[in-house]
Amino acid sequence: MSETLTPQLPKDEAAEKGLVNVQIDGTWIQVPKGTRMIEACKMAEKEVPHYCYHPKLTSPGNCRMCLVQMGMPPRPAPGAEPVYGDDGYQEIGWMPRPVISCANTVGENMGIRTTGKLVEEVREGVMEFLLINHPLDCPICDQAGECSLQEFSVEHGRGQSRFVEDKVKKPKNVDIGPRINLDDERCIMCSRCIRFMDEVADDAVLGFSERGTHTTVTCHPDRRLDSNYGMNTIDLCPVGALTSKDFRFQMRVWFLKETNSIDVNCGTGCNTTIWTRGSKVYRVTPRRNDDVNSEWMPDSHRLAFHETQGDDRLTDPMIKVDGKHEITDWNTALTAAADALKEFQASEIAIIASARQTNEELFLTKALADTLGITTLATVPRTGEPDGKLISADRNPNTNGANLILGATPTTEIIKQKLHSGEIKALLILNEDVFEAAGFTHDDLAPAEFIISSNIIANKTAHASDIFLPGASFAEKRGSMINVTGRLQRLNQAIQPTGNAREDWEIIRDLILTITGEKNDMFMIENVLKMIATNIPEFNGITFSKIGDQGIPLIETGVEIPLLTKERAQAAAGIIVG
Amino acid sequence: MAKVTKISRPKLSKTDEVYLIGIFKGTLVTLKHAFKSVFGKSRGADSLNSSGLGVTMQYPEEKWDDELPEYYRGAPALVTDEQDRERCVSCQLCEFICPPKAIKIIPGEIPEGDEWEKVEKRPQEFDIDMIRCIYCGLCEEVCPEQAIYLRKDYAITGTSREEMVHNKQKLYEIGGKRVGLVNKWNELK
Repeated sequence: MSETLTPQLPKDEAAEKGLVNVQIDGTWIQVPKGTRMIEACKMAEKEVPHYCYHPKLTSPGNCRMCLVQMGMPPRPAPGAEPVYGDDGYQEIGWMPRPVISCANTVGENMGIRTTGKLVEEVREGVMEFLLINHPLDCPICDQAGECSLQEFSVEHGRGQSRFVEDKVKKPKNVDIGPRINLDDERCIMCSRCIRFMDEVADDAVLGFSERGTHTTVTCHPDRRLDSNYGMNTIDLCPVGALTSKDFRFQMRVWFLKETNSIDVNCGTGCNTTIWTRGSKVYRVTPRRNDDVNSEWMPDSHRLAFHETQGDDRLTDPMIKVDGKHEITDWNTALTAAADALKEFQASEIAIIASARQTNEELFLTKALADTLGITTLATVPRTGEPDGKLISADRNPNTNGANLILGATPTTEIIKQKLHSGEIKALLILNEDVFEAAGFTHDDLAPAEFIISSNIIANKTAHASDIFLPGASFAEKRGSMINVTGRLQRLNQAIQPTGNAREDWEIIRDLILTITGEKNDMFMIENVLKMIATNIPEFNGITFSKIGDQGIPLIETGVEIPLLTKERAQAAAGIIVG
Repeated sequence: MAKVTKISRPKLSKTDEVYLIGIFKGTLVTLKHAFKSVFGKSRGADSLNSSGLGVTMQYPEEKWDDELPEYYRGAPALVTDEQDRERCVSCQLCEFICPPKAIKIIPGEIPEGDEWEKVEKRPQEFDIDMIRCIYCGLCEEVCPEQAIYLRKDYAITGTSREEMVHNKQKLYEIGGKRVGLVNKWNELK
């Protein structure tokens, strides 16, 4: 009467979804068709050690570390039908030789073994070859502690060398670029740096020269590795061949604490990791975010943290007495600031806010303006040449946040005019150096009777101000910012504010409280974000934990990050995994 | 539930309760040793290198330093080798392993033109806070360059906290030259 339904085979079930069945270490999983074997193993949570493979770069397959055993169902004899077992899969015929998992893609009914006698033996063999000429430099090598060669030689190495001949000598401590040092002996020829400079940085200055064991990574004889993206090769290098001059011998990495944060030097807001020990930032490295910066970061932004811990860092509130700044305590400074502001009409005060402030600081700035009834509120635009990769034309990290919270603000030109016409007599400058960014001169500021400023370093604005309130650098505060694509991201506190400096949102809150003489319960920055969430519709329901380490898209701006556009095209073309 | 057993104190006899007999016996032993010591016949006087007056060593006039075993763990110190090279390359493993965090190292680069330029790295500053040091010897054990050793100095004193911090110069002074170490940074390197 009825037809017996043939049970659907797993291969057909998977094919409907565009997937294939792969057996990894005995477990069947479904992965998208065309996935690299190494990525399939990652999905199955099996580690395959590798050096040359990187998902954002092409796969030349030259380190041979990712060898695995692979098997496919045997081809049926002519006329014979494939035989399916009880579980619906064909029997896997294991190949007697290993394959590299980084450059091969999966197929239906494929089997992969990431462990077993064959795989372990070949790994040990590859490891032994890689270590033959590798110097015993670990005690002086900056990569020690985050070196894949160290890690995998512990896991997959022999423990002892059988090599009795002399190691090949190669150039050491080569000055390859203004920010990078090359140690050729440590290099394991993975070619990641070469591919990065060619494919991502579009500045193919690196290449291999010589042959066999004498193969050496070299820079083009007439060129230097001076691209603004060059330092990414340091992060890419699995060993200590490429090391940072800036971080050279500064600190061993195992002492450093990692804090996820974002870059504040341009509107892109590259995701970063801040590496600190005690109260000092030692380095900043990019962190993967496929919607912002992929895995890269420009060198100029990476090294910008030095500005915040120089000798010109101001760490105490100061009041100008007889033309000279005197260090004071917070209460005195805040009371003096509040008293001074009260002496002026609201229309005589102007606030110069900044798109370098976090959303929380901007919101409190707005609250401060409302408290005093100030209507003249301006921000300083900061633009530069975009580099067509990650550096945005907007050099302010939070322009979108400022527009969202403060509304459209005029530029500081209007304040300049009002100062000259005498309409404005008092200035409150937050996180800005009006000399550097807004083109103010001493003549422009001369009509101002009273200037209160908040910043972190001793710049001209700090010098000109009557009351100076020391704020916190990007590494010393929490907060959120909206990047050029409209993505809300968060800054995390890596170190405590230096000296007596305070987080900027606390300064503005305390100033408001000193002016009104009231008390409120804004003890934590979370309270401020909660206020923003209830007052500004775009922020509805936003909390710091919802922003997370990867950020969330908040508004549509239609801006694209050129580097990501290029990367997505490469991924779509199957050149890289992405 | 744990089982609780009550144990009563043993009953003392009348002679025990008096105590005097015990005290008398003890005094006899003391007196016996006192007499013997006067004639230099204390037990173990020779092996303990005593002053002759009993087995007491008259510290600090007399010290036991010669008797200290090879494995004695005194003050940690940095050593140089046959070629007068600073063994330490400031890898900071000792700083990492140090349980009381007594070690503080500021690494530095060996400038170009130096005899040992190829080693690239050496400590700029190397401080061991001897107030903190617990003489555990982990620094010696962890050192990959055979640069730090616990020596036999045990009387580390000072009149201020600053004085108790051994700086690099002081550490090399205590450590001195050590021969027969692995010559890792040889001409092949």
